[in-house]
Amino acid sequence: MPTKLSRPALVLIILSVLALISIVAFMTLGAKGSWSFVLPFRGKKLLSLVLVAYAVALSTVLFQTVTNNRILTPSIMGFDALYVLIKTGVVFFLGVGALTSLNVQVQFGIEVLVMVGFSGLLFRWLFVGQERSLHLLVLVGIVFGILFRSLSQFMQRMLDPNAFNVLADTFFASFATTDASLLLVSTIIVGVVTLILLRMLHTFDVLSLGRAQAINLGVDYKRTVVTILVMVSVLVAVSTALVGPITFFGLLVASLAHGLVGNSRHKYILPAAVLLAVTCLVGGQTVLERLFAFDTALSIIIEFLGGIVFIYLILRRAAR
Amino acid sequence: MIVTADVTKNYGSSCVVDGVTLSLPKGGITSIIGPNGAGKSTLLSMVSRLMDMDKGTVTVDGLDVTKTPSDVLARRLSILRQDNHMTARLTVHDLVSFGRYPYSKGRLTVEDKRHIDEAIGYLNLNDLSGRFLDELSGGQRQRAFVAMVLCQDTDYVLLDEPLNNLDMKHAMGMMKLLRRAANELGKTVVLVLHDINFASWYSDYIVAMKNGKVAHEGPAAAIVTPDVLSDVYEMDIKVHEIGGQRVSLYYE
Repeated sequence: MPTKLSRPALVLIILSVLALISIVAFMTLGAKGSWSFVLPFRGKKLLSLVLVAYAVALSTVLFQTVTNNRILTPSIMGFDALYVLIKTGVVFFLGVGALTSLNVQVQFGIEVLVMVGFSGLLFRWLFVGQERSLHLLVLVGIVFGILFRSLSQFMQRMLDPNAFNVLADTFFASFATTDASLLLVSTIIVGVVTLILLRMLHTFDVLSLGRAQAINLGVDYKRTVVTILVMVSVLVAVSTALVGPITFFGLLVASLAHGLVGNSRHKYILPAAVLLAVTCLVGGQTVLERLFAFDTALSIIIEFLGGIVFIYLILRRAAR
Repeated sequence: MIVTADVTKNYGSSCVVDGVTLSLPKGGITSIIGPNGAGKSTLLSMVSRLMDMDKGTVTVDGLDVTKTPSDVLARRLSILRQDNHMTARLTVHDLVSFGRYPYSKGRLTVEDKRHIDEAIGYLNLNDLSGRFLDELSGGQRQRAFVAMVLCQDTDYVLLDEPLNNLDMKHAMGMMKLLRRAANELGKTVVLVLHDINFASWYSDYIVAMKNGKVAHEGPAAAIVTPDVLSDVYEMDIKVHEIGGQRVSLYYE
């Protein structure tokens, strides 16, 4: 074997260093006062950022593998709009009391279950039966996204202003404030999902060859794809619950990871996407908080960059 | 032996494959020919469990393809379709390695590596094995996929229009290779072909389909006759014997 490092290994090392630098910078830069206060305080924020980065990167890469495309992501297909709809539905039908009186963990558990049920039905129908054209999928995703959003908005308009206020608070994509009580349950859920996915790790590469080749090579296609899509919806629910919907972030990190690594093996792509996501979120948040001293605009910048990537991918595809 | 019994597939109200009952012999090359829309590819997809059938059963060496675990079948039967669209970016060596997935689930053993090297050598891909698939020509890509299927080391190899997009030289190379695989490695090769002269020259057994049904079947010599071919394709086809091989002429 040559002594020169392979490109994927090199990319992974560089990305690890970048992610580490962002984390250290986030924890230490501009710290005033006692460390015993600063570290746990920032640690909580860091944990939620890392969880979101991990959930978004993992769910996007796996969703693209399963659907065999590089343009669609769970968010573009309206996954997180569905989450918002479920949450709005709870307030609309059960009253704002349900949102505040119910134990956060229980509430979250119910939301995730409903989400998995709905998305399971929708995506089973879309992706398992046969190969459908990408155009149809984009269209269906956009239509469902609009449907979910319009339904949520409709219900939100009919809420009384106080209830709406409580609800709206939970939706804005904000990386600065997250509910600490959600952190523990999110960490556990993400951990369980990771364990389940780790056991299926060897099927991911085969699935990326497309449906026909995966079946030819003996993958139990329906079961595997449904399991992965369920895991994807759980991850999206976690990230949306923590920071609200972010449409193009997953697309941004997944496309960058594929472009940088240049090889589609998941043992390279998955860690690369996660490291990129951590660097973007944690590093971006640090820069905004410390350098520009305002902290709500990170989602806008990420959406802007991700949106440009989305348009670029659509145009490049149209050109071919 | 591959046995289909009353296999039927409908798309909406139109019946694409209509009660096909066949037994394909073990060993040698079997070609499925017929005009466009005769249901050849659909039949092959159902035999290889890529598509559900509406009625009927398919068994491969006695194993029902809809009930046998997919990974068991993957060690007996492999299928290669004509369009292998995929978004994954892989090297030729990576692709061929996937042929061992049914055996090793991604953890390659010494035995697997031997199979991979053999398959790459068999298709003369040694120089290309480190190249990415998107850097190859259509013919080279096709060869890489065939290497993967051979690496899967199944008794039955099913190919849907393997000569599509290949020029004369590569098409002949592909057929010679399949002939060698059948003779030397004892594979049973079943393929859908459009060129009846390739079918005539290289097949042992030919199945001619028309309107979703099997119109004729038999040894190549019994099918490549003016009467049978004219009936199947509904046009005037002449058959000449040149150097002991039958050649069809249908250009007028």
